[in-house]
Amino acid sequence: MIRLIAMRELRSLFSMPSTWFVLAVLQFIFAWFFLARLEAFLEIQPQLAQLANPPGVTITVAAPLFYTAALLLMMLVPMFTMRLIAEERRNQTLTLLLAAPLSGRHIVLGKFAGLLSFLLIMIISLPLMAYSLALGTHLDGGLLLANCIGLILLTACYVALGLYISSLTTQPLIAAIGALAVLVGLWLADIGAPAAESPWHQFSPLYHFQNFNAGLLDSSDAAYFVLFTAVFLLLTMKRLHNNRVYG
Amino acid sequence: MSNAIPEITLYARNLTRRFGNQLIIHDLTLELKRGEVLGLLGHNGAGKSTTLQMLTGCLLPDSGEIEICGINLKKNPQLAKAHIGYLPETPPLYKELSVDDYLTFAAYLRGIKKAEVDDALNTAVKRCGLESVRRKIISTLSKGYQQRVGIAQAIIHSPAVIVLDEPTVGLDPAQIRDIRNLIRELGNTSSVILSTHLLHEVESVCDRVEIMQQGRLIYSDSSLRMQHYGEVSGFIISLQNPPPISELQAIPGVTRVEQVSANDFRILHEAVDNPGSRLLAIAAENNWQLAQLTPLHTTLEEVFVKITSDNANLPKRPQGSSPKNIVAPNAPCFERGPQP
Repeated sequence: MIRLIAMRELRSLFSMPSTWFVLAVLQFIFAWFFLARLEAFLEIQPQLAQLANPPGVTITVAAPLFYTAALLLMMLVPMFTMRLIAEERRNQTLTLLLAAPLSGRHIVLGKFAGLLSFLLIMIISLPLMAYSLALGTHLDGGLLLANCIGLILLTACYVALGLYISSLTTQPLIAAIGALAVLVGLWLADIGAPAAESPWHQFSPLYHFQNFNAGLLDSSDAAYFVLFTAVFLLLTMKRLHNNRVYG
Repeated sequence: MSNAIPEITLYARNLTRRFGNQLIIHDLTLELKRGEVLGLLGHNGAGKSTTLQMLTGCLLPDSGEIEICGINLKKNPQLAKAHIGYLPETPPLYKELSVDDYLTFAAYLRGIKKAEVDDALNTAVKRCGLESVRRKIISTLSKGYQQRVGIAQAIIHSPAVIVLDEPTVGLDPAQIRDIRNLIRELGNTSSVILSTHLLHEVESVCDRVEIMQQGRLIYSDSSLRMQHYGEVSGFIISLQNPPPISELQAIPGVTRVEQVSANDFRILHEAVDNPGSRLLAIAAENNWQLAQLTPLHTTLEEVFVKITSDNANLPKRPQGSSPKNIVAPNAPCFERGPQP
């Protein structure tokens, strides 16, 4: 049942021209950024070679590419999550799901899985682009893997938060602005806090992504992502139940 | 699923629902038998849609029990909901999908197995007359076809209980006729409960009527009997050469005569003693030149208005009593001939 809802979500996404447009534009931005970084790397490579322990191509090209993707997704994911429940509610299609023999768990996890798999299709080009460098040089596989895991966990966080905010309203636009406000707010709390030890850093998903970005697999960062995602998914299920209680 | 449908497919007991401080549904008890088409009739805002939402599990009642085919909707929602097909006021259509894709999704959603989906799809498409538009995107279809797609999703899993919320609203007369025929056909295999504020809809498709007013069921009977509610016996006659009104009054059996216009009179009489033939004889004898004699026929509109206004003045029904006490046992269902 979860898969059924996820597939329906994907099918609807791909039937909209705007999805294809965003997909194309984003691939273009990723590729452009990747090539720009690569060019910069090739320019400074002679100077880097004189260092005792020069940074490799993975950390100078691939890692910034992933970080840019993380920032772009922060702005972009709310545009996709806004529709998930708010639009179903507005078009009154939510009734179909509520009257079907499903629990709220199926609906929420199905929608989460559907959008997450779409976003994974969107970011699959990142490791592929980075991997294309393997044709000419040796890559740091561990760093690349850490970046991939980190970006997937981060995306899951964004989707869960966006899904919850979408479940609170009937207007997709409000859901988008709400999710964007929360995500940007968390990010600003992180970059705005001056002291390195400030607890504000801990709230931001992007702060926890930085360790992954540097190739550091820290279980506390992973736990943060999993908890963040789980809490918002549970809140969404609760909200859908309240839909039945309060009408 | 249709093989083992029990005798009572839907049973709702003492449902109550509030929105904030406002009591929307008061102590509503409803029962639906297999193969019965029940019309839920009421003014706008009487609580029809709220009731149907509760019966389909989209809204939880504050108190009361709902059983679908003997399964408690609150304790076992997934099992119970598999027996319901629901068409809300606005058909829940994913308009970016094609009709086939949408109905396939609806079939899987109701737990139909993969091997049976094609059969279910073909049957539903055929019953709702959607053969010609199967590959079309739903948003490109007309309102009537969209409504049919909405009905198709509600019946695709051959549920025991089909709940239709104002199924014919916004359709043209030909489409309304088609959909009514479909509802009648559905009533042969499943129980159907439909809400409407169109009285002729009840007249043409329903076996039984429940009238709702301000969240209460105020009247329940077969739709045939409803037409006889508070019926007056009488006729209207047109006479080219009318006598004084006292002469009409003097005919045995006539209880009251009203002059409608110069040539038309409304004549009321006792239900058991019809003075029609005597009147004809006297009219011919005295050369009143009878042009027309029309029996008075109460329309459902009049009956509905009468019932709702009668009940507005009645004291509230005591708590816990069943509305069924106003239904005659074994009320005759569907013995009517063609409509006049």
